[in-house]
Amino acid sequence: MGSKPRLTGYRRENGTMGIRNHVIILPLDDLSNAAAEAVAKVIPGTMALPHAFGRLQFGEDLQLTFDTLIGTGVNANVAAVVVIGIEPKWTQRVADGIAKTGKPVAAFSIEGKGDLQVIQEASRVAAMFLQDASGLVRSEAEMGDMIMSIKCGESDTTSGLGSCPTTSEAVDRWVDAGGTVFFGETSELTGGEHLIAERCIDAATRDLFQLTYDNYIKVIEATGANLLGSQPTQGNIAGGLTTIEEKALGNIAKTGSVPVVGVLTPAQMPDPAKPGLYFMDSSSAAAECVTLMAAGGAVIHLFPTGQGNVIGNPIVPVLKLTANIKTAKSMSEHIDLDVSGVLRYEYDMTKAGDMMMDVIYDTVNGRLCKAEVMGHREFTFTKLYISA
Amino acid sequence: MAITPPQFLLHHDGDNVAVAMTDLQPGTLQGRSVKEGTESTAVLNHALPLGHKFALADLAEGDAIIKYGIKVGLASAAIKKGDYIHTHNMRSYRWEASRA
Repeated sequence: MGSKPRLTGYRRENGTMGIRNHVIILPLDDLSNAAAEAVAKVIPGTMALPHAFGRLQFGEDLQLTFDTLIGTGVNANVAAVVVIGIEPKWTQRVADGIAKTGKPVAAFSIEGKGDLQVIQEASRVAAMFLQDASGLVRSEAEMGDMIMSIKCGESDTTSGLGSCPTTSEAVDRWVDAGGTVFFGETSELTGGEHLIAERCIDAATRDLFQLTYDNYIKVIEATGANLLGSQPTQGNIAGGLTTIEEKALGNIAKTGSVPVVGVLTPAQMPDPAKPGLYFMDSSSAAAECVTLMAAGGAVIHLFPTGQGNVIGNPIVPVLKLTANIKTAKSMSEHIDLDVSGVLRYEYDMTKAGDMMMDVIYDTVNGRLCKAEVMGHREFTFTKLYISA
Repeated sequence: MAITPPQFLLHHDGDNVAVAMTDLQPGTLQGRSVKEGTESTAVLNHALPLGHKFALADLAEGDAIIKYGIKVGLASAAIKKGDYIHTHNMRSYRWEASRA
């Protein structure tokens, strides 16, 4: 256990390495979900990514939607993309953003044609993309080729004791092997943000981290709201977590011991020449956070849970681990790794890390994780403010 | 390394709060600190579900609650050693509006 087997993945046109080979049908906006889902029915084996936004957004909020759509298409787990939007200009903008990487992409717009003609035209291209993608062969991969992301959810006190420290083991090993890891959940550092600031690799990174954190918290605190039940969530409270500070220290317990080498805006891709641990400014809501990290290039996600979050992502395998024995037993169809034994002192954290790495290696090499098997494909945009 | 499973864990020696590792009944319990590995006993005053916390010291209203060796909240009421600690007697010190 724990010894590294041969890892394989799909080398993309721009040099990035993916561990899945999806052909996706990407709607630009909510209005195009129906056509995108129809194409995925006509050509089984492709996957539609319906979502709720993309209309009347503006400014920074619109830019984040573009970045999320383009980043999802660019992600190395995706072999080819069909973009469908209501009108041609923004549709083409997203397709062009993806095409820069050399990846096969085609754009279709609905106005002046109607859904049926677009479904027919897009299905012909999707069929070709799917057949071509099926001919791609896995090649040798290294951890240094791949980006991992981490985010916990429905955490409880067992998270900070077991599943998050296990994730931490994997983070350190991944980064030590030359890989890149994203963590985020900006509000969920509250009470322990100084611990992250201390780990920033230089003063510029530390200042950017602090500014990013302070800006996010200002928005929350300006509401004057009682957050009990939201952050921590009702599930967190049911699991024994009482305050944001207590939850934050459990969250931080999964970030490894390596330095923080950079701070990313939501959905931002890191500098490939600078591997390591990155903080990505993000919501702590599971699907929002994982969607942003996938758009930033993560190809595998570790998700420690306490009370049992069921989240998945359309293009990224989301691996769940828990140290809560009740959750491991009652929600076994969602849990990829039970590390509750570490709390019973049946094995130590190094061994738990070995167990985690074995699940990661299998998943990299193509074994489906529970969220993939269960069809969890949450694709959820972060909205910065109201639409016009 | 197999040892008898602890009934409660605290993160660090010096924490004034511990976490139930199974559904617990009132009485004397065996526990352990994760960081230092120090074994200890504590008396629990009430039944407590897995994952919930109890006090390892008497706390006055406003006292810091320490977990991971770090302040994670304040006692919002007087708490006796062995008492259940949750939203009814503990609150955030950062988000003062966030309280039960």
